[in-house]
Amino acid sequence: MAITKRNSGLETPALWFEDVAVGDVLPDLVKEPDTRQLVMYAGASQDFVAIHYDHKVAAEAGHPKVIIHGALKSAWLGELVTGWIGSTGRLLELDVSYRAIDFPDDTATCVGKVTGTRIEDGVGLVEVEIGLRNAEGQITTPGRALVSLPTKSAFS
Amino acid sequence: MTTSEKSVITDELLAFIGVKSKPATYDIERHAVERFACAIGDPNPLYSDVDAARVSSYGGLIAPPTFFRSLLHGDYPTVYPEPFAHILDGGSKYRYFEPVRVGDQITVVRKITDLFEKHGRMGTMLFKVTEITYTNQHGKDVATQATTTITYGTGEKDSGVGDH
Repeated sequence: MAITKRNSGLETPALWFEDVAVGDVLPDLVKEPDTRQLVMYAGASQDFVAIHYDHKVAAEAGHPKVIIHGALKSAWLGELVTGWIGSTGRLLELDVSYRAIDFPDDTATCVGKVTGTRIEDGVGLVEVEIGLRNAEGQITTPGRALVSLPTKSAFS
Repeated sequence: MTTSEKSVITDELLAFIGVKSKPATYDIERHAVERFACAIGDPNPLYSDVDAARVSSYGGLIAPPTFFRSLLHGDYPTVYPEPFAHILDGGSKYRYFEPVRVGDQITVVRKITDLFEKHGRMGTMLFKVTEITYTNQHGKDVATQATTTITYGTGEKDSGVGDH
């Protein structure tokens, strides 16, 4: 679902395919989650698995406190990428893997790096490696994304 | 697997591979999208600012990429016989084909595509791979989500264990 001049509306792209190169680093997205956000997310997503809001259940599972929903971490990684590409880019693929647990009241930093660029059928595609880094510097939640970006040639 | 570790993957469980959940259809409401965006803490105006969204390349409000998590699948024709009490989310792989717009109707169908087990520190763990397809009111698939869910352990079942 790449966009071209034909259906781009009134917008001038904020990020062009030609301005992206392998090795480029996405602006970090820093999150400071608290238990209130976990409750908000449980309600909004209807994920009521108790380990995300009940300290007793979390303790029985061996955790010092309630744990962050994996899907909330996916949402942040989605924000990292969609915020970077702006409203003229399109997110095509988002893969996220929950390798380690994260806790509220710890700073979580979403990071990303461009690993590939190519043009397919006139569409500018960019491959991005993404991850959520905890306060200890460990990537707890690695992933990848594929996005399309408008090309200057298609707009000229 | 040693002989002392009995497989939890019974014929009854295997029979679930490929079975589809009953379709569940949702109206994509503006305030549900706004509430979701607020809960994840994403200030992108495409999810809440009608005027900004209208002049964007989308031409109107859309839903965030993981909004699909709030669209629960319907029941399977028979109850999935979950053998374990506790649940872990292993991850998701999303593929996006069309934006989801406020005002759309999205139909959710889920099917189990694989079941396998591993034996580790927490005893036997059952891995369930599912594929969820989201289709709009025009009959177009807008996205798919492949999920991996891990269940393990006995005792009182986690609340919500049956929903995933």
